[in-house]
Amino acid sequence: MAKHHVSMTVNGEPVEFLCETQQTLLDVLRDELELTGTKEGCGTGDCGACSVMLDGRLVCSCLVLGVETEGRHIETIEGVAQGSELHPIQQQLLEDAALQCGICTPGIVVAAKALLEQNLNPTETEVRYWLAGNLCRCTGYDKIVRSVMNAAAKMREEA
Amino acid sequence: MGNEPKIFTKTYKWVGTRPVRPDGVDKVMGRAAFGADYQLPGMLFGAVVRSPHAHARIKSIDTSAALKLPGVHAAVTAADFPDLPSEVSAGGEAPVNFRHVSLNVIARDKVLYEGHAVAAVAATSPGLAAEAAALVTVDYEVLPHVIDVLEAMQPDAPVLHDDLYTSGVDPRPTTASNVAARTGFTLGDTAQGFAAAEVIVEREFKTEAVHQGYIEPHAAVATYAADGMATIWCTSQGQFMVREFTAKLLGMDISAIRVIPSEIGGGFGGKTTVYIEPLAVALAKKSGRPVKLVMSRVEVFKATGPTSGAWIKVKVGAKRDGKLTAGEMVLKYQAGAFPGSPATLGGMTGFAPYDIENASAECWDVVSNRPKCAAYRAPGAPMAAFGVESVLDELAQKLGMCPLELRMKNAAKAGTRALYGPKFLDIGYAETLTAAQVHPHWSMPLGPHQGRGIASGFWFNVGGPSSAAIHINEDGTAEVVTGNPDIGGSRASMALMAAEVLGIDYAKVKPMIGDTGQIAYSFLTGGSRVTFATGKAVCEAADATIAELKKRAAKLWKIDGQHVEWRDGQAWSTLDDGTDRAPLPLAKIAANASKTGGPISGAVSINAAGAGPGFGTHICDVEVDPETGGVTVLRYTAIQDVGRAIHPAYVEGQLQGGAAQGIGWALNEEYVYDAKGRLQNASVLDYRMPVASDLPMIDTVLVEVPNPGHPFGVRGVGEVPIVPPLAAVANAVSRATGVRIDALPISPPRLLKKLVDAGKV
Repeated sequence: MAKHHVSMTVNGEPVEFLCETQQTLLDVLRDELELTGTKEGCGTGDCGACSVMLDGRLVCSCLVLGVETEGRHIETIEGVAQGSELHPIQQQLLEDAALQCGICTPGIVVAAKALLEQNLNPTETEVRYWLAGNLCRCTGYDKIVRSVMNAAAKMREEA
Repeated sequence: MGNEPKIFTKTYKWVGTRPVRPDGVDKVMGRAAFGADYQLPGMLFGAVVRSPHAHARIKSIDTSAALKLPGVHAAVTAADFPDLPSEVSAGGEAPVNFRHVSLNVIARDKVLYEGHAVAAVAATSPGLAAEAAALVTVDYEVLPHVIDVLEAMQPDAPVLHDDLYTSGVDPRPTTASNVAARTGFTLGDTAQGFAAAEVIVEREFKTEAVHQGYIEPHAAVATYAADGMATIWCTSQGQFMVREFTAKLLGMDISAIRVIPSEIGGGFGGKTTVYIEPLAVALAKKSGRPVKLVMSRVEVFKATGPTSGAWIKVKVGAKRDGKLTAGEMVLKYQAGAFPGSPATLGGMTGFAPYDIENASAECWDVVSNRPKCAAYRAPGAPMAAFGVESVLDELAQKLGMCPLELRMKNAAKAGTRALYGPKFLDIGYAETLTAAQVHPHWSMPLGPHQGRGIASGFWFNVGGPSSAAIHINEDGTAEVVTGNPDIGGSRASMALMAAEVLGIDYAKVKPMIGDTGQIAYSFLTGGSRVTFATGKAVCEAADATIAELKKRAAKLWKIDGQHVEWRDGQAWSTLDDGTDRAPLPLAKIAANASKTGGPISGAVSINAAGAGPGFGTHICDVEVDPETGGVTVLRYTAIQDVGRAIHPAYVEGQLQGGAAQGIGWALNEEYVYDAKGRLQNASVLDYRMPVASDLPMIDTVLVEVPNPGHPFGVRGVGEVPIVPPLAAVANAVSRATGVRIDALPISPPRLLKKLVDAGKV
């Protein structure tokens, strides 16, 4: 079967790739573009490990087909830090020890960043419901939720 | 080594602090490489053909159509693996029989559960591999199956293994059955103990199989070279375990395999055995190309883990003042398709928090047509504790006694003999109860439909073989190499302990996880052993390094080595000969290493003894919605004796994570089978693990009763926290509703039915 030629931008850079019809955006990012920071936990949109931004909207990249991304703008975990300068959410997760194994962390970072971009003063409940699509099996979420709120507080001070 | 690790003082410069973990930046940036993140040039993608039946005889397997597909390079079946004899090794967290491991990795004559692997193929893309797998034809003769543990024990149940005869019963049976083993423990005389009791509570309980639920599916990349050397990059709880198991299953020398551990995206015991690694090597060998195998989430649910569902009966007797006179438990655990449930561990742990003169446990290991169970955080203990702690709660109600006081009255202390044999030395169980009593949570007011539960739990914690090597760099920084995958922040603990002993800054210590060729053997990451055992190895390696540093300082000073002391990261001369010798900092000795004998390092391999048992007590508040049967956890507090917290934030994390898993086990998680023995909820949508909006903050209290068996007093901490929650939640629901919970999960439909049946709504 002929592959499809697709052009999109990833973290601001134009990219082109060939993909099979059934390949998801997650497959494309990981296998074709070698951006393995985005993780696959379930492949059915239930765990959030593959969270990316698609034209400014938080999505599970395992639920988007590669061919659907023609002309779209994708932001992944690899684009969150500015070079080697961490985003405040990344820095705060480190300081609060809000990760254990770290497999869900890229998805949490992408999702939390999306939350704080629209609400810089979320309540605990808002953080919990926003992150309800991001499974973490290690932490019990306590330190993650606190850390997102701590990051928001720091970002408010700097804003 | 002869170098006793030392406790310098009770307050430390690094131990007990909360610095950023050394591997943290890579993990928040998406740079850390997990199992599925490896790619090699020319790599093929594998797919596994799995049984659609719960129990069937394999009449034939035909891979020819798959192999004819262009781009398909190899197919393997059990015929490509040696037919191993029964041989038991201590390689995993529990003894393993390699025949069973082999038959679980790839079925030979029979498939024993839905999802059981029967063949594997390798092709140039994942899509093509899936297509090829679908072209493999397997001719099955479907057999009757059995899922339930009690049904599997019936004499007329379908038998999984015609060579399985119950061990531990006298006389040994002459017919094969699904009952693999009976084990038991007895202390004192339970008949006498119950005769002396003034109150007796007895109840039966049931729990369902639950999965470890790590977010990272199993993944491996393997190469096999023409010289017979294999390399495996994979996610696991132990690279040495993967090496040994793969060598055994493929009939290879251990030295012919190198295993490079990736970061591990959760394991909780579920990655203490092999599933796909031997298949990847076999495919690589057949194709001559690197092969990558990654499980789907469905495969993870159907063919890995879970831990046993269980049938439990507990009976306790007590005097009116609450003093326990006797305890008895019977445990029947699902092993899955092959023997090896943690029933015995349940029997050893259930009563361990209590000083009971007369106690017994009878444990049954039973196979059925489910995936072979794997270790899951304190294997076997949570179910037994669910029974014991529920019965104690009921006893407290009957006696009109505070459940905390009842536990305090019977708490095991130093000198108490445990049912499973040993006398406890320094333990901190009573201290966790005291901490619970004074915690504000314990006295917070409750509203309507709300209840408070309390429960305790025990886990042994283990030591075992660990290796560590410390290399001093030319600038005085240090590399600390160990052989245990870092599953929850252990690199930080290793670095903190090394910094403390060496007397240098945490930032100057770089911890690393070596592959099987870079560090000596280390038993896997499990049993809550790494910070204890591997930490002990790191402390001893640091001591060996210090011994060398002192020798080098003596050489630089041209004095005898006995006149050198090590303090605060510097060598100090104790020689009183009139010469003033300024202390030599580590960096200075390192810079002069080439003049004093070459590179400076210290390496040890130990078999760590002295693991300190751990106890925890959890408090849980719930609110029950009487209209739906829904349970909301309002407040949760986890208290545990951790010995000494090296990095307290990651210790708290263990308590919080274990509590969350236990809450999921109690409220929602279960394996659901249809009449044909097929798993009905093999997705994380339908297998309902707790999400962020399901839980409250989880408060923790770290009680520190130092373990004398570790230089800093460390006890393992990872497993204890999943032991109390099942009963803590169930007791809270029981008290909120007035209906005793005797089966898990307490999901809304089940609870609603129970409330309706009891006439409560």
